[in-house]
Amino acid sequence: MPATPSSVPEPSRTDPALIRNFCIIAHIDHGKSTLADRMLQLTGVVDARQMRAQYLDRMDIERERGITIKSQAVRLPWQPTDGSGGTHILNMIDTPGHVDFTYEVSRSLAACEGTVLLVDAAQGIEAQTLANLYLAMENDLTIVPVLNKIDLPAAQPEKFSEELANLIGCDPDDVLRVSAKTGVGVDALLDRVVRDVPAPVGVADAPARAMIFDSVYDSYRGVVTYVRVVDGQLTKRERIRMMSTGATHELLEIGTNSPEMLPADGLGVGEVGYLITGVKDVRQSKVGDTITTQSAGATDALGGYKDPKPMVFSGLYPLDGSDYPELREALDKLQLNDAALVYEPETSAALGFGFRVGFLGLLHLDVIRERLEREFGLDLIATAPNVVYRVLMEDGAEHVVTNPSEFPEGKISEVYEPVVRATVLAPTEFIGAIMELCQNRRGSLLGMDYLSEDRVEIRYTLPLAEIVFDFFDNLKSKTRGYASLDYEPTGEQSADLVKVDILLHGDKVDAFSAITHKEKAYAYGVRLVAKLRELIPRQNFEVPIQAAIGARVIARETVRAIRKDVLAKCYGGDISRKRKLLEKQKEGKKRMKMVGSVEVPQEAFIAVLSTDSDGDSKAKK
Amino acid sequence: MPSVLPDGEPVPEDGALPPQALAGAAARPLGFYLHVPYCATRCGYCDFNTYTASELRGSGGALASRDNYADVLVDEIRLARKVLGDDPRHAATVFVGGGTPTLLPAADLVRMLGAIRDEFGLAADAEITTEANPESVDPAYLAELRAGGFTRMSFGMQSARQHVLRVLDRTHTPGRPEACVAEARAAGFEHVNLDLIYGTPGESDDDWRASLDAAIGAGPDHVSAYALIVEEGTQLARRIRRGEVPMTDDDEHADRYLIADERLSAAGFRWYEVSNWATAEAGRCRHNELYWTGADWWGAGPGAHSHVGGVRWWNVKHPGAYAQALAESRSPGAGREVLVAEDRRVERILLELRLSAGCPLDLLTEAGAKAAVRAVGEGLLEPAAHEAGRAVLTLRGRLLADAVVRDLTD
Repeated sequence: MPATPSSVPEPSRTDPALIRNFCIIAHIDHGKSTLADRMLQLTGVVDARQMRAQYLDRMDIERERGITIKSQAVRLPWQPTDGSGGTHILNMIDTPGHVDFTYEVSRSLAACEGTVLLVDAAQGIEAQTLANLYLAMENDLTIVPVLNKIDLPAAQPEKFSEELANLIGCDPDDVLRVSAKTGVGVDALLDRVVRDVPAPVGVADAPARAMIFDSVYDSYRGVVTYVRVVDGQLTKRERIRMMSTGATHELLEIGTNSPEMLPADGLGVGEVGYLITGVKDVRQSKVGDTITTQSAGATDALGGYKDPKPMVFSGLYPLDGSDYPELREALDKLQLNDAALVYEPETSAALGFGFRVGFLGLLHLDVIRERLEREFGLDLIATAPNVVYRVLMEDGAEHVVTNPSEFPEGKISEVYEPVVRATVLAPTEFIGAIMELCQNRRGSLLGMDYLSEDRVEIRYTLPLAEIVFDFFDNLKSKTRGYASLDYEPTGEQSADLVKVDILLHGDKVDAFSAITHKEKAYAYGVRLVAKLRELIPRQNFEVPIQAAIGARVIARETVRAIRKDVLAKCYGGDISRKRKLLEKQKEGKKRMKMVGSVEVPQEAFIAVLSTDSDGDSKAKK
Repeated sequence: MPSVLPDGEPVPEDGALPPQALAGAAARPLGFYLHVPYCATRCGYCDFNTYTASELRGSGGALASRDNYADVLVDEIRLARKVLGDDPRHAATVFVGGGTPTLLPAADLVRMLGAIRDEFGLAADAEITTEANPESVDPAYLAELRAGGFTRMSFGMQSARQHVLRVLDRTHTPGRPEACVAEARAAGFEHVNLDLIYGTPGESDDDWRASLDAAIGAGPDHVSAYALIVEEGTQLARRIRRGEVPMTDDDEHADRYLIADERLSAAGFRWYEVSNWATAEAGRCRHNELYWTGADWWGAGPGAHSHVGGVRWWNVKHPGAYAQALAESRSPGAGREVLVAEDRRVERILLELRLSAGCPLDLLTEAGAKAAVRAVGEGLLEPAAHEAGRAVLTLRGRLLADAVVRDLTD
């Protein structure tokens, strides 16, 4: 039965000493959402009747993929089971679980004093969890180590308690054991949060300063901004100021989530809640920004704010050119809720009108594309993802290239590409396979550490371009799914990069241009040309398909001219059928893209662009 | 006739046509197609509407058998008379096809023709053709047809090679079709056609040359040569899928077509439609020309298609259901479509472009006209004819006719 506390402190009048702000760091599938569900039930904010699985995950995609993209905060009242200290307020701040959203994660962590490190007792810690753990430790968060799924027969709590203890420097006996599924140990976990996580400390009578850790667009209410008050107090009907832009807004509503929005008089030091100002676009309410009051506001913003910077670019084109306005509208709508999404119109000779879209990473790309297709009913062609290159010319000019087809001609002195520091965690038996893969992707080994006897952490510097496409899929298949990957951008390096163009009947097809390392250009050209030969239907004339670096052809195939395209018989009973067949063929012809004089089926673009570098088509979820 | 009927709107019970269908009818020729849906055996490649059972019944018990088929068909000719009302036209052509028309006694074919003569009258120079399988006729049969008013015979020769005929399930022996031509000539037929099929699995270029030479040597005044189309659902399609016989590819078809045109031209035949060659204008099949020039024809028999003044309809497929409708004095029409102006324009292009006369350029839209200029540039249309205002396919253009049609109907 939920222990419903009798006297629960109200927002804006809560003693900071009774507040605990914490988040949960966990890998996908390690049970974070289920644990959150149990906490909602145990603290009585959601009763059994209203309960549904993964209560806090709002979007279908989040629930289906078991990932949380947007974070949330829930105010949970908790009376420790030993009866000590009265009713506390636990603010559980949900964090995004993926490497693409590291910046968002870092802001969520900055809103907390402690974190629950939740690890599957049958699998141990994964690379992304480790990365977030390091992030939490850098933020001086108190770590509450927890093994979940101890009810599973395959659970190895001793082994993984040891692993966690080694990582965070605690005693293995301090690692809590819970089953979020059955609820075992969850009350002890809440007690531990109250006991171990420090209460927030702030200056109550200072000018108000609150940090935005999330910002969500709601079609009914406009932008809902989630904040953690650091100093002072925010009260309703006040004018507030965004410190990065200086923009001011009326505070239409302020409150807390339990878990639905509940208006309050205000928020005080250490408190976590939401506010609504009537702005319609999350870019006006940026994650990491500091909010203060307009009058007598603070002068110094809280640290740590960054503008999100796209790392990966892809061209998105509607399959049916007439859907272009719908695509624009859909991107506009998604951008309301995603400050990291950037795009600009782009024209491709092969694909028509579309957008060059910048993403934080591959998952971000996948999620956006899937939402465009699912929520907005658009059929899209996405060009192969690429990174941003900086090209220095011999004459000193500099070009920033986000689209391979814009790679400059002429005398190039240097090309710089972004690099990342990648961390792979895997069982030791896969060290060889992982190192071979990273070596093939132009990686250089930074170091290797054993987490336990049979698990290892391998660190590499890798060009981002080498991992944006199919690296993770390859890693998974080479390690039978056991390896996990995390990476963070660390800068750029000069590399021997060239642009490979594909020519159809002598015309360059911009959508197929790619920037590759010189040593891989030939293989890329041969593979793409062979693939296209299979996909391009025979035309009335012979069509040469070439791959070229500048004017030098490195691969060539030929689609032979079609010689027969006529039905032999056409008599009285055939005419209706023949006319209808003609109508159907003309429909098909409309879906062909003309590249110069060559008709290329849409499917060819899709097949080539969604193909990984080994020539196998990538299984789409 | 392909065995799958198109989708369409229902045909009225009495078969009545919308009034506009008969407007200006007198200026157009009228032909009759009579379908005989019986075969002794079904050939492996055939997906036509034909049956090997000799008796088939409708749901109400009406019978369509080989014995009474001529009577059932005559009922439809009488219905045609009612539907066409006071249309004054005589029949310019009659074509009996199948199936195997010659599986019926010659007298039955003559009786069906007689019904048309009685109800509509035959034009003085009417062309009266029947298809025939070489093994199902003899001199007496041919003489009876000739005496009954038939003027043209069309024999299904297909190939001169035994192994090719076997793959096609044709039962006649090589040499028999050539003999048929001589017998038909002896019976007084001025016009004789041989049908050939190329691209049968296992056929070589030389096999095909031998077939052409045999056909030419027999002395017909008309040859039709069709690429074998392997239709889904046929025995042959299953055999190819199982790998028992090889599939012929389009490039081989193209080679065979070029061989056919070369051999036939050398022997004095001229193409007048993509798959049809004749020694002289008089040898052309005027009935088929009705189809290709948008004229009117009444197709009688199960699954037969008709076209009158932009209204096209088709009969129910099953002979029993067909007989049942006629027994109840209902139209056997299963569906129809009333063509709008754009449909008729597109049909004119797609049909007339297949003819050596081609189609007039003024049928084309601006985009179509531009496509025609490109097609001349690509060697698919004759420059001289284009200059004179017509789109006429070159030899290479004939092999790519469907692609040209797609461009010209833009």
